[in-house]
Amino acid sequence: MKILGIESSSLVASAAVWEDDNLIAEYTVNHKKTHSQTLLPMIDEILRMTEQDKASFDGIAVAEGPGSFTGLRIGSATAKGLAFAWDVPILAVPTVDAMAYQLPFCAHRICPIMDARRQQVYTGIYTFRQEFSVEMPAAAMGIKELAEILMKEPGPVVFLGDGVPVFRETLQAMMGENALFAPAPAARQRAACVAALGAVYLQQGKTQSAGEHAPNYLRVSQAERVRAEKERGVTG
Amino acid sequence: MIEEKKDLLVLGIESSCDETAASVVRGGREVLSNVISSQIALHTLYGGVVPELASRKHIENIDTVLRQALREADVTLDQIDAIAVTYGPGLVGALLVGVAEAKAIAFAADKPLVGVNHIEGHVCANLIAHPELEPPFLCLIVSGGHTHLAYMKDYGQFEILGRTRDDAAGEAFDKVARAIGLGYPGGPKIEKAAREGNPHAYEFPRGKVDGSAYDFSFSGMKSAVLNELNRAEMKGETVVQADVAASFQKAVTDVLVTHAMSAVKDLGEKRLVLAGGVASNGALRAALDDACRKSGVTLYCPPPILCTDNAAMIAAAGYYRYLGGQRDGWDLNAIPNLALG
Repeated sequence: MKILGIESSSLVASAAVWEDDNLIAEYTVNHKKTHSQTLLPMIDEILRMTEQDKASFDGIAVAEGPGSFTGLRIGSATAKGLAFAWDVPILAVPTVDAMAYQLPFCAHRICPIMDARRQQVYTGIYTFRQEFSVEMPAAAMGIKELAEILMKEPGPVVFLGDGVPVFRETLQAMMGENALFAPAPAARQRAACVAALGAVYLQQGKTQSAGEHAPNYLRVSQAERVRAEKERGVTG
Repeated sequence: MIEEKKDLLVLGIESSCDETAASVVRGGREVLSNVISSQIALHTLYGGVVPELASRKHIENIDTVLRQALREADVTLDQIDAIAVTYGPGLVGALLVGVAEAKAIAFAADKPLVGVNHIEGHVCANLIAHPELEPPFLCLIVSGGHTHLAYMKDYGQFEILGRTRDDAAGEAFDKVARAIGLGYPGGPKIEKAAREGNPHAYEFPRGKVDGSAYDFSFSGMKSAVLNELNRAEMKGETVVQADVAASFQKAVTDVLVTHAMSAVKDLGEKRLVLAGGVASNGALRAALDDACRKSGVTLYCPPPILCTDNAAMIAAAGYYRYLGGQRDGWDLNAIPNLALG
């Protein structure tokens, strides 16, 4: 079973080739948001370097969101185009699930945080002591609200993601020594984790067709929000 | 002289604004399918195109549109010889969907990729509508985002003679439509209202650009309409919507016709090609037709379905760029302000 993993939900662009529980290749760049120019050349390069027959993939795993709206669409459109041409399913993996998946056998709760601006984060809560378990699925919320939820249970939490440099002090102030931070090699998005979870999804039959697939933004657009607020104002 | 390849199949993809479109064109001129998924109903709720919503709709719809285009053309992806995609100008988030999808398909299926300028696509709609038409020719391109007077020297080669210095003609239509309460999309709504109105009720200024005979300016005209509405409101007068619409449309049309006809005369051209979304405006077509007839000039314009944003025109333009040897790489990016020529 061969899967191509794609991650472009944030500053990170990443692509991975996964075959039968083996990570064959991964190419990750945490540099500039030029995913439109870099993502497909990265895929091209790892496929050539590892001598992949293009039509040999069984599925395309993609980080479905949350994340940068434009970044998600570049990843999604790329996944859709590949899935369309190769006639294979899309495995849509929540960005934050895949981020947490890089910390197996972690004794503590795992909490990816992506900076969503306006003191908000995209997040989720996970445990991965033996089995990977979603304690709170992907959500958008205020950083303080998240910390309060986490503090309802005792014990440390491992934070990772680009929200860490933004909210480290807030979290330390609220949670003290219970706020732990993952080291750099395990602190950002990775297509290998998207592909690994994608492999699980494929086995479970949790697939989407290219036509069905679209990013899961977790947030309506600003125009929709403003319009909804206006309507509430009129009726209320 | 390029060698035509009459059997060449190009799949065109277009997502530069609020239309998700795909099309299969044979030999650059024969449309086998032309599928357009319009988002007008959605954006009407907001009084104009909302870029983020447009991008979201594109990614939801693009796969269905592509499949339908292949199905209606009765071809498979295997049979396609090249993939052409609009990479600018337009809304960057919207363009990116089509560009990323087109690149992935071309990469996955080992097809050549050809990036196409949206405005050039509009001009090439005429190549589909008029199989005998070949460059060089003079063209007037008028749409929601663009107003150009250009000379198409050869396939893929343009010389810009004039452009708008401020608003595009279609943009002015949208803004005036909003101001007089007609809403979005402004072009068709103004045209409809204008049918019941007096085009001489108001004399709005015909904008000129000093030192440039062919450049356009529509912002003064638009401001004059807004000032007139303000003035009337202050005095408690009611404004006849249809009269404003008709007078404004007449002013825009006059400027477009005057500029185009002076270029025709200066260059000694016998043909004029009209293109772009506003090319489907009946008043503009009629006025240009009249002026061309009087000057012994043949006017070419596409049918309305090819004036709107569509992918057949992108496939047609892509066909000629493909013949000219253009091949784009997997790093092709969306360029929101891509220039013509």
